[in-house]
Amino acid sequence: METTLDGAGIEIEDLHYAYGAKKALDGVSLSIRRGRFTAVLGPNGAGKSTLFSLLCGLIASRNGRIRVLGFELSEAPRAALLQMGIVFQQPTLDLDLSVAQNMTYFGALRGLSGKACKRRAADCLQRMGLNGREREKARDLNGGHRRRLEIARTMLCEPSLLLLDEPTVGLDVPSRAALVDHVHELCIESRLTVLWATHLVDEVWPEDDLVVLHQGQVRAAGAVREVLANTGSADVNAAFAALTAPRQSPASAEAAAP
Amino acid sequence: MTAASTHYLICLKGVIWREGLRFVHQRERFIAALVRPLIWLLIFAAGFRSILGVSITPPYDTYITYETYIVPGLMAMIQLFNGMQSSLSLVYDREMGSMRVLLTTPLPRWYLLFCKLIAGTLVSLLQVYAFLIIAELVIVDVPLLGWLAILPVLIVSGLMLGALGMLLSSTIRQLENFAGIMNFVIFPMFFLSSALYPLWRMRESSEVIYQICVLNPFTYVVEAARHALYLKLNVEALLVVVLCAIVFFALAVFGYDAKKGMARRAPA
Repeated sequence: METTLDGAGIEIEDLHYAYGAKKALDGVSLSIRRGRFTAVLGPNGAGKSTLFSLLCGLIASRNGRIRVLGFELSEAPRAALLQMGIVFQQPTLDLDLSVAQNMTYFGALRGLSGKACKRRAADCLQRMGLNGREREKARDLNGGHRRRLEIARTMLCEPSLLLLDEPTVGLDVPSRAALVDHVHELCIESRLTVLWATHLVDEVWPEDDLVVLHQGQVRAAGAVREVLANTGSADVNAAFAALTAPRQSPASAEAAAP
Repeated sequence: MTAASTHYLICLKGVIWREGLRFVHQRERFIAALVRPLIWLLIFAAGFRSILGVSITPPYDTYITYETYIVPGLMAMIQLFNGMQSSLSLVYDREMGSMRVLLTTPLPRWYLLFCKLIAGTLVSLLQVYAFLIIAELVIVDVPLLGWLAILPVLIVSGLMLGALGMLLSSTIRQLENFAGIMNFVIFPMFFLSSALYPLWRMRESSEVIYQICVLNPFTYVVEAARHALYLKLNVEALLVVVLCAIVFFALAVFGYDAKKGMARRAPA
């Protein structure tokens, strides 16, 4: 087990992944800075969810290396997972359980129980603006609040890294904006490393880091300002359009997308 | 106790607690689990009592009614349904994402699956004992000690049938495919076993079907339960059940392995 001294939160080297003949990730190499909000921007089918599944060990690749907060994922997956809070694209709450019960269940999975768990849960719910709603069923929360509950749940174990895979899918515009703001604030206040996958450019703030993923390849990576400068674009929208423009004929580009 | 072993225990308790809450919330599931065997016992068995005579067969020391004969098979049926239902909920969990939460828990994957298995088995015990109470009240006489003697057998058989369900769930991609498996697993397993008729009777009708029944692990679940209920030990049946439990669970863990099973599935 080695510790990174260069401040990299996540380091990925030459990562490949395929579903049968379909290439989902094609030689991805990346370095994500600690304590930063990094948006992974890519159209649908770019390989974002595959990248997230690999990062949290749901699937494993035989090619390439992943190091999370200094832990080699193939050698110390559990040590890496202990540091991670994960919000999946699919909702993962137990809708029949109450807010508090969802927190208790997740706490138990992470080895927290009793009063310590309750205290932490109250703190985390408060931070996500869900205090006073402990007894409500998860089913009765709206989409935005369900997402907040999922984030509150991951905060129970004080993770250093937060992975969020398109967390705003299915949310209305105000809930989406509120969630984006909330997680940005969380990143700044708690010095969290945040990796946020999205296909919506307005979720990226000018001071964020940005990775543009397209057809399983990294098209650009760095601070937003650098990416804009390198592509000669005025805003993220223009940079994204330029970076994901088809290089060959549109038909062949579509065929290559997983 | 070390922090690590505390984590293991708290996680197990958490998974059992959640399964218990789900069980309480899904009252329909509990009622269905009870009604199904009771229909067999109260209606089917009553009709067949006069047609199917059961002569003295181990572990029974005397002539028994047909209702008495099928009680152990119906107990096993409850566990079979429960095992399949748990795996149905695993497929559902995977589609809905909560399986992802479990599998990204920082504990060994086999242990997480084992926690799920134990939780499902405990639920099946509640169902079986509830059925047994009703059966006892209505028709069948079970020796008092039999209630206790059956417990270890029910635990092992619950684990075996749960592991079978888990193994199936690891091979199924979508919820819709599951209905077919239910038909192709539950019905053949139940009917091609000694649950409803002694195997010697089956042999009188067809040697081939008899041989299939002998190869069916469910037969051994039924026989282990039948013997334990009447305070006899059927070592062969028990061994087969334990062995099958281990094999099914090992295959299920293999099926859920990040590099092998789940890897073939594209994320939604």
